[in-house]
Amino acid sequence: MDAASLPLVHAMVIAIALNAYVLTGGADFGGGVWDLLASGPRREQQRETVAKAIGPIWEANHVWLILVVVVLFTAFPPAFAAISIVLHVPLTLLLLGIVLRGAAFVFRSYGSPADAAQRRWGRVFAIASVVTPVFLGICVGAIVSGAVGERLALVRSGAAGFAAVYVRPWLAPFPLAVGALTLALFAFLAAVYLTLEAKDAEVREDFRRRALAAAAVAAVTALLGVVAGRWGAPRLQAALLSSAGGILLLLAAALALATAAWCLWTRRWALARVAAAALVSLVLWGWVYAQNPMLVPPALDVHQAASPPATLRLLLWALIGGAVILAPSLLYLYRLFSPTAPRR
Amino acid sequence: MLARRTTTSVPRAVRTTTPVDDLLAARTQMAVSLGFHIVFAEIGIALPLMMVVAEWRGRRSNDPELLALARRWARGTAILFAVGAVSGTVLSFELGLLWPRFMEFAGPLIGLPFSLEGFAFFTEAIFLGVYLYGWDRVSPRMHIAAGVVVALSGAASAVFVVMVNAWMNGPVGYELAADGTLIGVDPIAAMGSPTAFAQIVHQLLAAYAATGLAVAGIHALLMLRGAKAAFHRHALSTALLIGAPAAVLLPVSGDLNARVVARTQPVKLAAMEGQWETERGAPLRIGGWPDESTETTRWALEIPNALSLLAFHDPQATVRGLKEFPRDERPPVAIVHFAFQVMVGLGTIAALVSLWAGWVAWRRRDLTGNRRLLQALALVTPFGFIATEAGWVVTEVGRQPWVVQGLLRTSDAVTPMPGLVVPMLLFTVLYIGLGAVVVVLIAAMVRETRDATRMAGTAEHRAVSASAQ
Ligand code: HDD
Ligand code: HEM
Ligand code: HEM
Repeated sequence: MDAASLPLVHAMVIAIALNAYVLTGGADFGGGVWDLLASGPRREQQRETVAKAIGPIWEANHVWLILVVVVLFTAFPPAFAAISIVLHVPLTLLLLGIVLRGAAFVFRSYGSPADAAQRRWGRVFAIASVVTPVFLGICVGAIVSGAVGERLALVRSGAAGFAAVYVRPWLAPFPLAVGALTLALFAFLAAVYLTLEAKDAEVREDFRRRALAAAAVAAVTALLGVVAGRWGAPRLQAALLSSAGGILLLLAAALALATAAWCLWTRRWALARVAAAALVSLVLWGWVYAQNPMLVPPALDVHQAASPPATLRLLLWALIGGAVILAPSLLYLYRLFSPTAPRR
Repeated sequence: MLARRTTTSVPRAVRTTTPVDDLLAARTQMAVSLGFHIVFAEIGIALPLMMVVAEWRGRRSNDPELLALARRWARGTAILFAVGAVSGTVLSFELGLLWPRFMEFAGPLIGLPFSLEGFAFFTEAIFLGVYLYGWDRVSPRMHIAAGVVVALSGAASAVFVVMVNAWMNGPVGYELAADGTLIGVDPIAAMGSPTAFAQIVHQLLAAYAATGLAVAGIHALLMLRGAKAAFHRHALSTALLIGAPAAVLLPVSGDLNARVVARTQPVKLAAMEGQWETERGAPLRIGGWPDESTETTRWALEIPNALSLLAFHDPQATVRGLKEFPRDERPPVAIVHFAFQVMVGLGTIAALVSLWAGWVAWRRRDLTGNRRLLQALALVTPFGFIATEAGWVVTEVGRQPWVVQGLLRTSDAVTPMPGLVVPMLLFTVLYIGLGAVVVVLIAAMVRETRDATRMAGTAEHRAVSASAQ
């Protein structure tokens, strides 16, 4: 492979890993949302369905995020540094959420079966599951909007106040809208997956209604994002709306949303899952498409930020080798714990 | 740096962000995060191995007690692994949140082992899921195989991440450009730092020793308190099978570490030993307190020529002293010396107790009748983990003021964001809370085991395996 295209390949790898993360780890967070919002006569069954579905797989799903981080700092060290500096505060809050979600989940699963303890850890798990995706979305929104890249010069000169550099880039309407959209999409994805996980028809109907509601919320937050983006992320909107590719991606996303809603309406569960996953992926790729080839717009593109070719080449080999081990192992895990898998 | 402009009106006494405070806060946060993570990481390396050995022995001899033991350890692993995973995630972000300049500088060189580690995490997490939740879904052989993969990938994670640390201690695989950046980057060469081999061997042994001795100690304590079941005999023997040989080998491996440090980081060795003067035939100092103002080490027990002998295998070798280095290139001497003494002291005791246990096992094949030995084992329960923390303090604090030895100063690596005390306190409180919860949960599991093992044989087994589901 020639040296000039290597950085693009690694940027694609990051996007693919992020895609895998939102489809798997994202849905695990969405499961926590439904734990928090569990209600009605089948409240405990809903919670149990969530816990059963994510128990064996959430830790493996979580590693996608770690892969995103390590590939980012290996292939694009200045981008990792820039994001980590400007987004220190929301990233720290994201980490708190990740720690509390994971810890509370195992504490509930393996800790004291007493009701009070179960409720306490269930609460922490559920609230952390809601907060974390919001901060993930906020960080993404802040990067896309260009606010992170624009602050880099200020960081270097040291000529601005704390809020201007470390708070305002992310505490703004557009990143907040992206945070809300992320949460809605994760919750939607989880509810759709859970219709397939539920053992009991009534619980399945519960998740069907929740999935439809989440789809509506996701559509509303997406519109909010569009409005906020007019001022907050003009470059992104221009890139999406002024090219055929961008418009095609938007239309495809709208189509996926409609298909998912229709499948839920008509109870085509398996197809609904495909459509929901397609919707979330299309949103992500829309972002990638609009931002390409920028990593931290408008300051760093994939070529400026790239590590030397020697590093990129070796990293590519490591990724290929890793994928060869990873793909069959993951398939095995999911097959083993799919709701229809046989028990011995 | 940035906030100072905006806070010039604040009186000096209440100002919280000076660069020194920020640097100190960042270093403290890193130390707290790593000091927390390493406990779970070591358990994550060794406990799966113990759990697999117990299951394998249990399946071979068709012994329900051993299988119950494997299930108990698996439950413990589930909690401890999750805490290890989330605290590790925090670390990967913290490398950027606290040391962005370090990652920008060194990312192209040390990213590769971190990425390989990422794949080790994947296999570890996947097959741990299979192991923990697959008791009734996969064949016994597949189940054990999944456990073996978990144990191997845990060890592989340690190998890769310690390679990174070794590079920080002995950077190789680059050339330096005129502007101080790295060129001619060779990530494969960077994985082979001169300190890598010694550090990796020592860290792996430390993980097996610390975890094995801690588990053995807990079961020894339960037996001293009257639990007599075969269950504890199995637990004790399996834990010692892994922990004792490692504990005996650690001083031998540590001797190699010390010789490597003597060659590659002479100022760290001088700090470890409280050696101020450059001298031929330097003595080994046991205990004592290095005083940086008078540049002497007082009240130490000195063994003539022993340091030269240990560090260079030659009683007349010259050991370079701290005074040979400018003050701003010396680490905090007292901390490094003290931590080194703690590691070596506890390590020596642990090795002696392990030898004793081995001797008893070899002579009589039953460890559990020997009360004195059980007491000794109970005493050394925490020694491995304390020695681990101390050893890492030697390595990390002993490298100061450098984050990458001789290349990049810690003060140049830190993030420009002011107010770092806040996240430092946040994570410290979080980890104290999490640590406390984990202790309570594991203690409850131990109590449950104790109560279960006071019942009669078959009923006990049923209770144990039912609660392990
Ligand atoms: C169970 C834990 C344990 C025990 C009993 C020992 N060590 Fe250790 N030691 C570690 C756990 C450890 C560690 C935490 O794992 C370190 C930190 C960095 C590393 O690679 O290993 C370490 C580092 C470390 C270093 C510094 C390496 C460096 O900075 O590159 C030296 C010189 C020694 N050890 C020497 C010894 C000696 C002479 C021991 C004799 C008893 C000993 N250790 C016992
Ligand atoms: C800067 C240093 C470090 C970073 C960035 C780091 C990163 C991580 C991450 C991201 C995980 C989570 C993996 C998962 O989700 O399964 C993890 C777990 C783990 N780490 Fe670290 N780590 C560091 C230091 C160490 C050290 C020094 C060891 C050596 C013993 C170690 C051994 C492990 C192991 C065995 C696990 C598996 C989880 C467990 O068993 O609890 N790590 N680490
Ligand atoms: C192998 C993986 C490790 C890596 C990559 C690593 C990396 C770092 C980095 C980047 C720093 C900040 C810069 C510096 O102070 O030099 C640091 C500091 C520190 N780390 Fe590590 N570390 C590792 C393992 C550990 C472990 C397991 C401990 C356990 C106690 C530890 C204890 C410390 C301490 C005490 C400091 C602060 C030193 C000081 O500033 O005086 N490290 N480490």
